[in-house]
Amino acid sequence: MSIAEYKGVFVFVEQREGEIQRVSLELIGKGREIADKLGESVTAVILGNNIVNKTNTLIHYGADEVLYVDDEALAIYMTEPYTKALTQVINEKKPEIFLIGATAIGRDLAPRVSARVHTGLTADCTSLDIDDETRNLLMTRPAFGGNIMATIICPDHRPQMSTVRPGVMPLFEKDENREGNIEEVNVKFSKEDMNVEILEVVKEVKQKINIEEANVLVSGGRGIGKPESFEMLKELASGLDGQVSASRAVVDAGWIDRDHQVGQTGKTVRPDLYVACGISGAIQHLAGMEESEFIVAINKDAGAPIFEVADLGIVGDVSKVVPALIEELAAAKASK
Amino acid sequence: MKIVVCIKQVPDTTEVRLDPKTGTLIRDGVPSIINPDDKSGLEAALKLKDEIGAEVTVLTMGPPQAEKALREALAMGADKAILLSDRAFAGADTWATSSTLAAALRRLDYDLIIAGRQAIDGDTAQVGPQIAEHLALPQISYVEDLELAGDSLILKRVFEDGYHRIKVKMPCLITTLSEMNSPRYMSVGGVFDAYREKEIINWTLKDIEVDTANIGLKGSPTKVNKSFTKGAKSAGQVYELEPKDAAKIIVDKLKEKFII
Repeated sequence: MSIAEYKGVFVFVEQREGEIQRVSLELIGKGREIADKLGESVTAVILGNNIVNKTNTLIHYGADEVLYVDDEALAIYMTEPYTKALTQVINEKKPEIFLIGATAIGRDLAPRVSARVHTGLTADCTSLDIDDETRNLLMTRPAFGGNIMATIICPDHRPQMSTVRPGVMPLFEKDENREGNIEEVNVKFSKEDMNVEILEVVKEVKQKINIEEANVLVSGGRGIGKPESFEMLKELASGLDGQVSASRAVVDAGWIDRDHQVGQTGKTVRPDLYVACGISGAIQHLAGMEESEFIVAINKDAGAPIFEVADLGIVGDVSKVVPALIEELAAAKASK
Repeated sequence: MKIVVCIKQVPDTTEVRLDPKTGTLIRDGVPSIINPDDKSGLEAALKLKDEIGAEVTVLTMGPPQAEKALREALAMGADKAILLSDRAFAGADTWATSSTLAAALRRLDYDLIIAGRQAIDGDTAQVGPQIAEHLALPQISYVEDLELAGDSLILKRVFEDGYHRIKVKMPCLITTLSEMNSPRYMSVGGVFDAYREKEIINWTLKDIEVDTANIGLKGSPTKVNKSFTKGAKSAGQVYELEPKDAAKIIVDKLKEKFII
């Protein structure tokens, strides 16, 4: 393999029922930053059926070029047809870097593709950068449940592939005046490619809480004392136009639904404001929220680890401080 | 029906603690366990053994002490256990690991290969799908429910926003979630059999057919550039005040940061 032939940053754009997943836009933004460092371009690759009308958005979010494969075989995600299409794109276009969102689709597709094209793949990265000397992609990811960070390189194989955790890369500012090249790639699918049969597609009916997309999170842990205290946190959250999230301890205790969990096996969040109420700050929790822009911690125990990452800490009883804060906020709004 | 379950022995990461002074991992005394997603995969296989008499083989690649995980699997009810161990396999990334395991699997008869979705020490979720690719098998990952339908399986494949029910013809590879079931405990008789009656089959590099350019550290496209423990972000100010005064300070700070 002559690695010098491989150029450009490619991003796999995941759509579900025509809806572009936010992580793909985050990766186009991050890809933009990396491509600028390398002096190369960003190519968004979208697969699906009747998706041509989605391509302009990808340019607006920072892509220079969009490649799309439009085929009935790609209507619903299936491993083999998607692998075939991405493999063809890689073999024809020879990208230097290929980024894929670390979702339940991306983490099925990426390893299959990397095995087929014989290149390295780094899972669930939370940070990406370029080595100034070697121009290699530096892919940093947590292991041991976030206790250790490792930076991985793929020096002798191309493309350098990485799945990236949703919610950790900021979006590129949307610019509707941006223009770029849009190109169709034709992939021939055969009956053998459809090697599984999808009998049923079920959308979970319960309202999914997406804490990764919230700008403000008010988060509760054991220290809030009882499940009913979440009502108080919801009131605070609504005063801040935010949502409620939670530590693993209270999710395990059944105080609140698992969708709200921050941290290992939960979600990584980076809101503008994170208010940690009665959360002591287990390592896994800290790994899931410490990238937040501004962190306020309220906890009775002055020695709680959460204070080590908080920008502003209040040693006190959540059940007293939060109501006072709700009142103070209301007063501040009224005086505007 | 023949099933091979790929398992990994992992440190129980929920028991790993950070040294508060040095920030390094304290690994001493951390117990080794069968990776939870793999153990649920094994349970799913053992259920098929109970129901239709499937033959269950467990396969692991690891250091000699990984034998303990295999003994546990035998004690739970697996029929055969293979330990794939050789210094030449050491330092493998997911690509090289999957190519080594695929070489071992080529020597075995199977209708179904089961791997856990991901291991709790590495969290990559890559080895299962990569094995499937090396063996040119259909893969279904993130499986939460499994039902036998003649020479096919009907599976519940989970996504963030719902699930698919998928039918796939065997042979195939699936990756299982620990939410799938509660693995059985070892039985007393099972433990006795695992240590007295059943043998662990030891395979080394000589026992499999694989290009040595595709195994171990040398066969790994990815390399660890550096690893580090996350330094704690520097702490901000901490106040101990009456609730009303504390609330004022928070609101002032949020105004200053233009959050409100």
